[in-house]
Order: sequence, then structure tokens, then C-alpha cells
Amino acid sequence: MSDQLLYAMEAGLNGLMAGVMYSLVALGFVLIFKASGIFNYSQGVLALFAALTLVGFQQGQVPFAHLINTIFGTDLDNFGWTLPAVVAIVLTAAVMVLLAVLIEKLVLQHLVNQAPIILFMATIGLAYFLEGLGDIMWGADIKTLDVGLPQGINETVESVTDSLFGYGFFIDNLDIVATVVAALLVVSLTLFSQYSKQGRALRAVADDHQAALSVGISLRFIWVLVWSIAGFVALVAGIMWGAKSGVQFSLSLIALKALPVLMLGGFTSIPGAIVGGLIIGMGEKLFEFYIGPMIGGATENWFAYVLALLFLVFRPQGLFGERIIERV
Amino acid sequence: MNAMNTDGYTTADGRRIGPVLMEMKNITLRFGGVRAITDISFDIREGEIRAIIGPNGAGKSSMLNVISGFYVPQEGEVWFRGERRGPMRPYQVARLGIARTFQNIALFDGMSVLDNIMTGRLTRMKAGLLSQAIWWGVAEKEETANREKVEKIIDFLEIQNIRKTPVGRLPYGLKKRVELARALAAEPMLLLLDEPMAGMNVEEKEDMCRFILDVNDEFGTTIALIEHDMGVVMDLSDRVVVMDYGKKIGDGTPDEVRANPDVINAYLGVAHD
Repeated sequence: MSDQLLYAMEAGLNGLMAGVMYSLVALGFVLIFKASGIFNYSQGVLALFAALTLVGFQQGQVPFAHLINTIFGTDLDNFGWTLPAVVAIVLTAAVMVLLAVLIEKLVLQHLVNQAPIILFMATIGLAYFLEGLGDIMWGADIKTLDVGLPQGINETVESVTDSLFGYGFFIDNLDIVATVVAALLVVSLTLFSQYSKQGRALRAVADDHQAALSVGISLRFIWVLVWSIAGFVALVAGIMWGAKSGVQFSLSLIALKALPVLMLGGFTSIPGAIVGGLIIGMGEKLFEFYIGPMIGGATENWFAYVLALLFLVFRPQGLFGERIIERV
Repeated sequence: MNAMNTDGYTTADGRRIGPVLMEMKNITLRFGGVRAITDISFDIREGEIRAIIGPNGAGKSSMLNVISGFYVPQEGEVWFRGERRGPMRPYQVARLGIARTFQNIALFDGMSVLDNIMTGRLTRMKAGLLSQAIWWGVAEKEETANREKVEKIIDFLEIQNIRKTPVGRLPYGLKKRVELARALAAEPMLLLLDEPMAGMNVEEKEDMCRFILDVNDEFGTTIALIEHDMGVVMDLSDRVVVMDYGKKIGDGTPDEVRANPDVINAYLGVAHD
């Protein structure tokens, strides 16, 4: 096999893995959009907030330390303990559920029956609020997130490909973990929505509020449930992205990468979010590899958006979308 | 409970009608300054087919929405099974055993007929979120048991051949039938039908009439239905409430109501003053 092709294969494979990371973020959007027709602008910030909280718990940071110190003149900073990763993750998941309850109580409940654009605006507000809250609670410095996920080159892949093609592929262990986690997440979410009682209720609410009420479904419970799940998905995305590039406030911008994924896959399809992510991840790497050198490189910055634009022109509902989205 | 609640009556065709299941006492409903319902009282007995009729805009649908919890009346009391019902949300009313259909059909268009009807069983399913995740077997068993009930209803309403069809693709008459099936799936004590025959052709109307009678006969379900087509209702129901301009102008058997001069006025279009 020619070197060129091998390099392309490696780039494509890495692209697939990167795509999984995009899919993780896109998944959170799809869940909320499906269940309530809300385009949740704050999904990226949810991931950031989850990652910040996770690191904070793990390192025994005192929440609101700076604020408390300023008001009371104390000098708090750290509880002086470190929590095991599993405990910190469970605690953070609990915080995300609490957040879902609060969002429903303080925001959504008061906006029932409002136009989707109003709800969209509310989530923009929520995004900035959460960003500020994360800042006040845990500080603005860049943190490293380490929950013990393997990182660095995967030796097995390298040696296998080396013996097969005479060239060892570089695949990051973290990307492999992310792929497995994403697969598990999608399978369990699909099982949940297709076969569980709450999943059926969730699909019912997504379809018709009145009818859902008439068969005894509590809308508020479903909304809390769906925001909790979205919060959990955000936590997973936050862990993966945080482990990859550190927990910093630009993490919330991963939401922007999820947008083209959604346009490709469709706003209402869970498998669509995954496939869309994979196509964009692999597409942008291969495009950079083959076309990039001809036009001066740095195509990864815009390739996804151009692809999304093309989709908007020719297939606005995305690959797996149920119908043309008239709401966003 | 008063003595009235314990007795009942026998219909001309020999069906036994039981004690009072639901009682509306002096219900008044306002939207801002507009009165949709003014001081209306009536009761619904167990096993009965009770109709609420009246010209368009009489407040029939508002009344049904009060019963099903979608509207909360400003005045009056709602009694169900001998207990006064406090202000409730629609999903709580549904859990009490009151199922309904809608005038403009509210189905889950993206789901299959079967899934739509299965949502009707939600109030009957016990397994919680966590137990479903942990004890998958229990949830599965419950699902199977519920499926059997649903299949029975599907057979009953003769919609076997469209079980897997997404509801959005069905013609109007069948959608109405699926909606009825979903309401029946909850095994309700009281079934509310909001203009079940609206927009149907003669043949579909006859089918629907037959199904309503069969449901009442077979399952003993108490049915309260709204219609503005008087002919259909008179053949179907045991007792009829007549509304006009938000007030009750008649209440009794179809024959009594037919002879009521106020009702004749309302329907024959004698000028209101």
C-alpha cells in the first residue's frame, strides 16, 4: 500500500475518533430538542460546568472560595482532601440532576406554551448564567482533569498496523475510550427511549403535550428527566474533552462544533448525532489531508460549517431528521 | 353520601345503571370577563352513557375540560367516587381513572398505532426508572402483560391491520378510532369523548356509534360524550344534558329532552333575546 494511502487511513481513523467527541456534545442537544422542541444553547456550557464541578470535587476545592474570602476576609481555598474519581463523578452527576430540577423550576416552568424562540433565548441566558456561576464557584484558572483514563499512543494498534502495513498508526487511547463510552451511551439511551415506560412517555411528550397530559404523563417530571439526562451526557462530554485539552472556559465552545453535526444528522435523531459526528470528524481530517495542502491548510476550522451549509441547501432536515425544522 | 348515590335504575334495554360516579356541583368557569359555563350541576352514573349536547359555543368542550382537569373552574365543586376533587392537573386526573379523547385528535403522530395505544397504559405501569434499569426482567414481564391488554383492545376496535403504521399516515376516521383505543387502554372508570363523530361520513359515524355502545356494554365503561349533532346522541345515550350559552337548559332522558321547549328553541334557532 502506498504511504499516501496509509497516512490517509490514519488521518481518517483519527478523524472518526474526533467525530465521536463531537457526537457526544451533539447528543445532548438532540435529547432536549426531541423532548421539548427547545434548542438548548447552553449544552456546551453544561459540559463546561460539569467538568469544572468534577475537578472541583476531585481536588477538594471549596466552592465559592473567592467570594467567601472577599466577604468574610477568610482564607479558604481547599478542604485538603482529594476524592476518588468515581465518587467525584457520582457527586457531579447528582449536581447535574439538581441543576435540571432548578432549571425546570426557575426557568422552564414559567415559559410553558411560549414560542420556541423565547425558550431558545432563555437557554442563551442560562448559558451565560452558568458560565458565570462556574467562574464564581470554581475559579477561572485552567485546570487539568484526570479521572484515570488512559492517554497516549495505543501500543496494540500501533504494533498490529505495523506488522500489517509496515507502518504503525498513531491512535490515542483516550479516543478509543471515548468511542466505547459513546457507543455504550447511545445503546443505553436508545434502549431507554424505545423500551422503558419513561422513554415512551418522553417520546409522547415530544410529540404532543396535550395528548401526553391526557394519558397521565407529568410534563414537569419529563422535563426534569430529560434535562438530567442531558446534564449527564454533558458530564461525559466534559470528562472526555477536559481530559483531552484541559478544563478551561473555551470548553463551552465545543457547542459550536456540535452545530454542523446536528445539521448533518438531523436535530431529532440520536443515531443521526453519532453518524453526523463521524462524517464531520473523518471528513475534516481527510479534507485537510488531501485538499488542505492545495489551498494553504487550516481547513479544519471551516470544513464542518461549509458541509453543514451544503446540507441546509439540499437536505435541510439532515440525514435522519424527522421533518424540516421550522423552529430554530 | 346521600341516598341518591346508592340507588340506580334500569334502562329500557335492560342495562343496570349504578350509583353516581361523578357529580358536578354549581360549576362556573370564566375566561377573563367571559363566562363559558354558568352555574351548571349534573351527575354521571356508573355504567351510563351520558351526553352533553348544545349548539356550537354552548360551553360543552369547556365542561369536558373541567372534568378532565384541563380547566379549573372558578366556582363549584367536582365530586368523583363520593369524594370532592381538589384542583388537579390533567395528568393527575388521568391517573384517577378518567381518560379522554380530543375534538381535534391529539395523537402521537411519530409513533406507531401500537405505541400510541401503549402510552394509554402508562398510568397502569408500576416499574420505576431504576428498577427497570436493574431488574430488566420485571419490566419486560410488565410490558408483555400490557401488550396483551392492548392487543385485546386492538382486536375489539378492528384495527389489527394498521398496528405498525405510524399514526400520522392514517385517515381521519381511523385516527379517531386509535384515539379511542388509547383512552380505552387505560381501562378508565370514566371515558370522556369530545365530539367522537365530528367530521366523519355516515359510515364512519355508524361504526363509531357501534364501538361506543360496545365499549359500554362489553367493559361496562361509563361514558360521557359531547356532540352537537342531536340525532346521533339521542340514539346513543341514556341521559342528556343540554347546554346553551354556558347554561344548562335541559337534563333527562332523550325523550324528555326532546320534548323540552327550551331545547327545541335552542336547536330550531328561535331568536335569543
